[in-house]
Amino acid sequence: MDSAVITVLIAMLGGAIRVSTPFMFVALGECLTEKSGRINLGLEGNLVLGAMVAYAVSFLTGNPWLGVLAAGGAGLFLGALHGYICKLPKVNDIAVGIAMMSFGTGLAFFFGKPFIQPTAPRLDAIPLGDWTGNPALAQALQVNPLFFVGIILSVIMWWAFRNTKWGLIVRMTGDSAASAKAMGVSVDLVRFLATAAGGFLAGIGGAFLSLYYPGSWNQGLSSGQGLMAVALVIFARWDPIKCIFAALLFGAAGAIGPALQSVGISQGYYFFNAAPYILTLFIMIASARSKGAAREVPGELSITK
Amino acid sequence: MSFSLSRRSLLRAGAAGLAASALPFGLARAQTNVILGIVYVGPKDDFGWNQAHAVSVEALKALPGITVVEEENVPETDAVAKSMESMINLDGANLILATSFGYYKPFVVDLAAKYPNVTFRHAAPLWNKDTDPANAGSYFPYLNQAHYVNGVAAGLSSPTGKIGFVAAKPIPSVLSNINSVLLGARSVNPNATVQVIFTGEWSLPVREAEATNALVDAGCDVITCHVDSPKVVIETAEGRGVKTCGHNASQASLGPKGFITGAEYKWETIYKSYADDIAAGKTPPNFLVGGYNNDMLRNTPYGAGATPEAIKAADAAIEALKGGAPIYKGMLKDNAGNVVVDKDYDNYDPYLDGMNWLLEGVQGSIT
Repeated sequence: MDSAVITVLIAMLGGAIRVSTPFMFVALGECLTEKSGRINLGLEGNLVLGAMVAYAVSFLTGNPWLGVLAAGGAGLFLGALHGYICKLPKVNDIAVGIAMMSFGTGLAFFFGKPFIQPTAPRLDAIPLGDWTGNPALAQALQVNPLFFVGIILSVIMWWAFRNTKWGLIVRMTGDSAASAKAMGVSVDLVRFLATAAGGFLAGIGGAFLSLYYPGSWNQGLSSGQGLMAVALVIFARWDPIKCIFAALLFGAAGAIGPALQSVGISQGYYFFNAAPYILTLFIMIASARSKGAAREVPGELSITK
Repeated sequence: MSFSLSRRSLLRAGAAGLAASALPFGLARAQTNVILGIVYVGPKDDFGWNQAHAVSVEALKALPGITVVEEENVPETDAVAKSMESMINLDGANLILATSFGYYKPFVVDLAAKYPNVTFRHAAPLWNKDTDPANAGSYFPYLNQAHYVNGVAAGLSSPTGKIGFVAAKPIPSVLSNINSVLLGARSVNPNATVQVIFTGEWSLPVREAEATNALVDAGCDVITCHVDSPKVVIETAEGRGVKTCGHNASQASLGPKGFITGAEYKWETIYKSYADDIAAGKTPPNFLVGGYNNDMLRNTPYGAGATPEAIKAADAAIEALKGGAPIYKGMLKDNAGNVVVDKDYDNYDPYLDGMNWLLEGVQGSIT
């Protein structure tokens, strides 16, 4: 039984590292957008379009990193479109987000057709666990560079929100548009840039899906991960560092279902497969009830207004 | 909804045109041209279920007297009724093939009642002769026979005899594929085991990849699956350096090092027979099931993962199945210790259609 516990723990570690990266990027992107006072529910569309574009560009150019960049570009385009439309008077950002989600996935399905069959060059992993001599652990510690990029980015964002003028401006637009205007800041411009940048990050998350794990382009690739990542931001109380932990937790919990079946605990797999969602729900209830919770929400978000 | 409006008027115009052209046609020739309309639930190049149908239809296009009309990504909603109706009214389809489980009720049944001169066939054994229209029908090959061959080849290609199976949902056809892989492997290696992980969904790429990794970590050195699109499973397993067996369509190109063989449908046998019947003015059979004995299945050509003994044994197994050799031979116990197969069952015995057990030797649970 001890070895079974270790197997499950290693699988959870591996799952956290493998599965979390797209959640990380989408959550960081959404965190930036929401900090500026706008909600972009359409990041699922960015994720899927990013995945398709990354795969296509990697296939056509032979360079997966070029694919990652192109995925970011596609996400930037969708994010900018969302940001621009929301600048118009009387436009609801949530409704636009849902439209952008359909638009992004539709675009990806339409242009992605010829790329389902071919095999594109993938991103390589850094083997960090070979020294352990344990094949399962070595496999779990195959880490894609984007994973570290995500973590570094979250620290930079966390630091920048607190310590830079830019961070202050974004937070101010998010908390009180009136104060930002009084300071001479263009609220619309800040939100436009924050949404576009957030879209860029979500696109990169899509590139990870198609170019690393699970590592192929097809229409069912994302299956709602972009939507879940948006929810993770609320769960992480709009804190970039907590976004990373939320993504890791979600990835690890997702590995529980398959891992338990692999060690012979096969009863109740529907329940264990739902573990990430159940866990999220409970932590959400616990964290949202705290006294400080109300203060963490950006004041300008249309759900809180 | 300007879209539906324009489609409606198009339909009307198309129907009028068809009625005008149909009259002299029917008198002029004895042979009926077959216009085959086929609807897919997903993309037709998904390396899985839809691709298997599309490949077979592609083979028919070359034949004289057959026109094929295809539509992919049609959800199991009202949309499929619209697709099929436009195939009938605009393209003049006289044979409609609905290839996804959820298309049947109410869509195929309703349309068959509305268009009694069109032949409807649906790819799951759902047609009921008492309640459903006579111009509707079902066809379904028993893929588990080809999975049995997979098992034979895997049993002799695997160094450890531990086979991993990524399964979608615990329904009888999936369970039968799992059990057949085990029985095939045990026929050549009595110590072989099959470890199964259920993902709970037909298409969930990330969890399929996780399940594949978990099976490889648990020591399985051949991975096979029953999910809609096996691409992710085969590629992940190939990346981990283990061998693979395919499902639904050919995945040979995805596993240049470890692919052994795969269980494939040979839909063209069925589609060809339907087309021949309609061309000759006969009614195609309402209920058509089959397997290796009537040429409705095939195994993917052997890949680099298959050992010479495996190829020999698998070819012999195919020959035996063509002769109708039974797969489920008593006595067999399930993995809880109950006797579930007490005698030899014919490969099409209705008892096997209600399968709700995993045999002893399969690690896994259906709940």
